[in-house]
Amino acid sequence: MPATAMKKLWSLVMPFVAVGLLWQLAAQFFPPYLFPSLIDVFWRCGEILVTGSMLSDVMSTVFRILAGLIGAFLVGTALALLMARSQAVDRFLSPILSLFQGIPALSWVVFAIIWFHGIEFRIFFIMVVTTLPAFTFQVLGALRAMSKDLVEMVLSFRPTRMKLFRVMILPAVLPDILTAWKVNLGNASRVVVVAELVGATGGIGYQLLQQQQMFDMAGALAWTLQIVLFVLVMQAVLTLMETSLFRYRALSERTL
Amino acid sequence: MTVAAGSDGVAIHLGGVSKLFGGAGSAEQFRAVDNLDLDVRSGEMVALLGKTGCGKSTIFNMVAGLLAPTTGTVRVSGRDPFTDFDAFRGKIAIVFQNDRLLPWRSAIANVELGLEMLGVAAEERRVTAQHWLTKLGLDGHEHDYPHALSGGMRQRVSIARAFATNAAILLCDEPFSALDEMTANRLRAEFLKLVKENGKTAVFITHSINEALQIGDRIVVLKRPAKIAYDVNLDASTTLENKDAIRKRIEDVLSA
Repeated sequence: MPATAMKKLWSLVMPFVAVGLLWQLAAQFFPPYLFPSLIDVFWRCGEILVTGSMLSDVMSTVFRILAGLIGAFLVGTALALLMARSQAVDRFLSPILSLFQGIPALSWVVFAIIWFHGIEFRIFFIMVVTTLPAFTFQVLGALRAMSKDLVEMVLSFRPTRMKLFRVMILPAVLPDILTAWKVNLGNASRVVVVAELVGATGGIGYQLLQQQQMFDMAGALAWTLQIVLFVLVMQAVLTLMETSLFRYRALSERTL
Repeated sequence: MTVAAGSDGVAIHLGGVSKLFGGAGSAEQFRAVDNLDLDVRSGEMVALLGKTGCGKSTIFNMVAGLLAPTTGTVRVSGRDPFTDFDAFRGKIAIVFQNDRLLPWRSAIANVELGLEMLGVAAEERRVTAQHWLTKLGLDGHEHDYPHALSGGMRQRVSIARAFATNAAILLCDEPFSALDEMTANRLRAEFLKLVKENGKTAVFITHSINEALQIGDRIVVLKRPAKIAYDVNLDASTTLENKDAIRKRIEDVLSA
């Protein structure tokens, strides 16, 4: 491996190594229920990934995050398109979405438990309602930031609505949509854990509650790492998509 | 549906056209075009000359069908380009002041844009786009993204894009004003040759008297708000002395 690649890899890994070393040092001086050895945590992680019932808890959480994000993205995009087309719709919906944004995720969890019986629908509702305002405002911002000059140029060729969407709107808003996904992915992964902790009988959040009741720090860490790992993998996928889709962008040799 | 030249040989007709911006009766309302009458005959190359802000681009947008007149009639080949918007697909091409290339498309994909709107098959699109890129001296740059091209090259791509659809009517909004003088002169000469070779009807907006004299079969000078202040035909018999007299007259009209 070339020296520059090694250096890059080291700078990427180094902060995690430092945190790990500090934790391991603490594990020497404190009891395991406070700072368990990272080796124990590692084995517990492995156990979760190879035990069918535990892995299904992880997959439930992953599915809930993705379903919630896809739902919020589709509804948010539809609302953003309506708001971009009509000022009246924008004036009506903007305050409502801002109000929703101000309601804490935990309050939505409580509302959902009171309103709905089905666990999956309850969590889906919480996921959608907590990420919807951000998706809507981000897509709306992207639509409004489209270059008027470019839109006029494309319109001068008299495209059908479908072609206008495909050649102009979609490529123009895609960078902002991917950024919105990155931001909302982090938010959704935090909200899902709270929702499962309070209102579910399975999933990573539910398992965290079990670990807390048993004072099992190694288990709590292992379950937490599952969701961290999922977020990191998804972020890497989104970054790969960015690199591939937006290779047309000019890069400055001098960074900001 | 075809759009041929009007039966009277008039390609573009503006009759008593006025355009007001801002709310009716509001203090911010202003008149960009004032009761303008203008006919452009098929195959004619008209240079539309006027000071900045005299409403040239508004006229241009109305002829392109991107704006509707407040009063009066606009007809292109006998039809209303605003209400019959789709009927003009592939019939009117525009070269803008700045290149307005889609940054996410390569040079050749930008040239293909109008053909895509017309539903031309991919293979045929590629051949036509390549033909125009070669004609404009851009061989070897087909797959470059706009950010990798110089200003002159980008404007060549935008000219190729306008010619690729073989539209009968060309609208040009100061297409060379952002280029250095040498590049602009060279490109102007090439452009003029292509317009004549392909028998286009062209309206060329400019604020340069020299450019108008070089390009136009006819020069129309506008006062502010847009209304014809001077209208003169030029042909092969127009001598240098005549051109000097015309220049003097234009200068007088513009400074009035």
